[in-house]
Amino acid sequence: MSRPADARVVPLRRPWLWLSSTIVVALGAWLAVSIWRNPHINHAAVVQFQFVPAILKGLRTTVVLALAAALIGSVLGVLLAVMRLSRSAVLRLGSGGYTWLLRGTPLLVQILIWGNLGLLFQHIGPFETNAVLTPFVASVVALGLNEGAYMSEVVRAGVLAVDRGQVDAAHALGMSNALAMRRIILPQALRVIIPPAGNQFISLLKATSLVSVIAGGDLLTAAQNISSANLLTIELMLVATFWYLVLTTITSVGQFFVERRLARAGTGLRG
Amino acid sequence: MTPLLVAEGVHKRYGHEEVLKGIDMQVAEGEVLCLIGPSGSGKSTFLRCINHLEKIDAGRIVVAGELIGYRERRGRLHEMHERDVCRQRAAIGMVFQRFNLFPHMTALENVIEAPVKVKGEARADAIGRGRALLARVGLAAKESAYPSRLSGGQQQRVAIARALAMQPRLMLFDEPTSALDPELVDEVLEVMRGLAADGMTMIVVTHEMAFARDAGHRVAFMDGGVIVEQGPPAEVLARPQHERTRSFLARLLAADR
Repeated sequence: MSRPADARVVPLRRPWLWLSSTIVVALGAWLAVSIWRNPHINHAAVVQFQFVPAILKGLRTTVVLALAAALIGSVLGVLLAVMRLSRSAVLRLGSGGYTWLLRGTPLLVQILIWGNLGLLFQHIGPFETNAVLTPFVASVVALGLNEGAYMSEVVRAGVLAVDRGQVDAAHALGMSNALAMRRIILPQALRVIIPPAGNQFISLLKATSLVSVIAGGDLLTAAQNISSANLLTIELMLVATFWYLVLTTITSVGQFFVERRLARAGTGLRG
Repeated sequence: MTPLLVAEGVHKRYGHEEVLKGIDMQVAEGEVLCLIGPSGSGKSTFLRCINHLEKIDAGRIVVAGELIGYRERRGRLHEMHERDVCRQRAAIGMVFQRFNLFPHMTALENVIEAPVKVKGEARADAIGRGRALLARVGLAAKESAYPSRLSGGQQQRVAIARALAMQPRLMLFDEPTSALDPELVDEVLEVMRGLAADGMTMIVVTHEMAFARDAGHRVAFMDGGVIVEQGPPAEVLARPQHERTRSFLARLLAADR
């Protein structure tokens, strides 16, 4: 009999794990090959259109759209969340109603309404509606307002995750509600807010493609403009696909680093 | 001399449940009052009424000559503006059972936050005083540690320093050692004894009878939302007059054994 120190551990065999892994690799390879070897795809065109000025301009518009909408959405989200948690029933209802309306209707419908608002109101104050609400502005407004409804729920969950004792401590030190929110509650809520907010931003990046219906000038609009002329539909969708993946990947990596940084400070969360 | 704290007929209800049923209480400048009593007797609620963390339903609380949370006009009490409530709270320090340090700030940042943001003190001055306060509670070496890196006893001492940084006239302690491991209780009580010796006016909700006996000037026993009896610790703890006090103390002693 061998001494205990000599005894070797034999890992359990896992045939199903091997089999399922093999299937996944095979499927992936098949997909890659079927695109790569597909005679109906003009591979040269995909490469050629990847960096043409029209596509890059659309890409820039998509990024600006997403960033502007995210900014509006975040500010609006905090505002709506504070309203939702307020003592006033009117403010709570107002915030709830806003979220109900904008989350309850398709974003595509909202974009079409903002893009065609000139049909409803010819003038906004002294200005002509169509002069103010250009397709780009209408896109930013539609995406930002919609984003606000989702962000309000994200922010609200974050605020509610902060221990009640933190508010007591802030008040006991003489802080006003606003100061306590800004200095004590929101910084702690951020740890809970960042992961879903990152997902939210990735959704938003992709949702910008919907503004192609009002010729928002985004990446997808640019790709469609080209493909409607040269009929290389799939090729230009692949061009767009590549850029969307680049944007969402950058976002994911950024999110990872932000979360790691926030995790460094201590935890003040329940449970 | 007028007392620093005067409470008269303080009532507090949560829904239909009456938690405080008319509390009358006076605390002199420099006095250490220990509030004892079973859980649910209303002692923590009363403490939270003193700095208006809880609104009262009837009665009045006056600290340093100022009616807390309300303004009296033509025989009526009007709720104060938030700004004035904050100003009053800033002069009353509070220490919580669960410390409630700000977890996203270091020990020193916790201490200087309110002096800088509420009082508008210059940051450099606040840092100087904050370091001195951390030294006073024996934590000079921990100024850049986050709360999660501190033991319960250390966190509570930072919390005391944080409250002191506002230079309060009155300190409220809400079961400051109840959440601590037994071996960490003494380091916190030691700091509180030091404060008492320096003449700080303190109201301490506690189950630490040893502290009440040797650091308290007066002990008040609360049960069912009223003060059942109060007096010098030697009398209330050793020769309680009321049956309820006697049975509470007996239960506490039995639990200690």
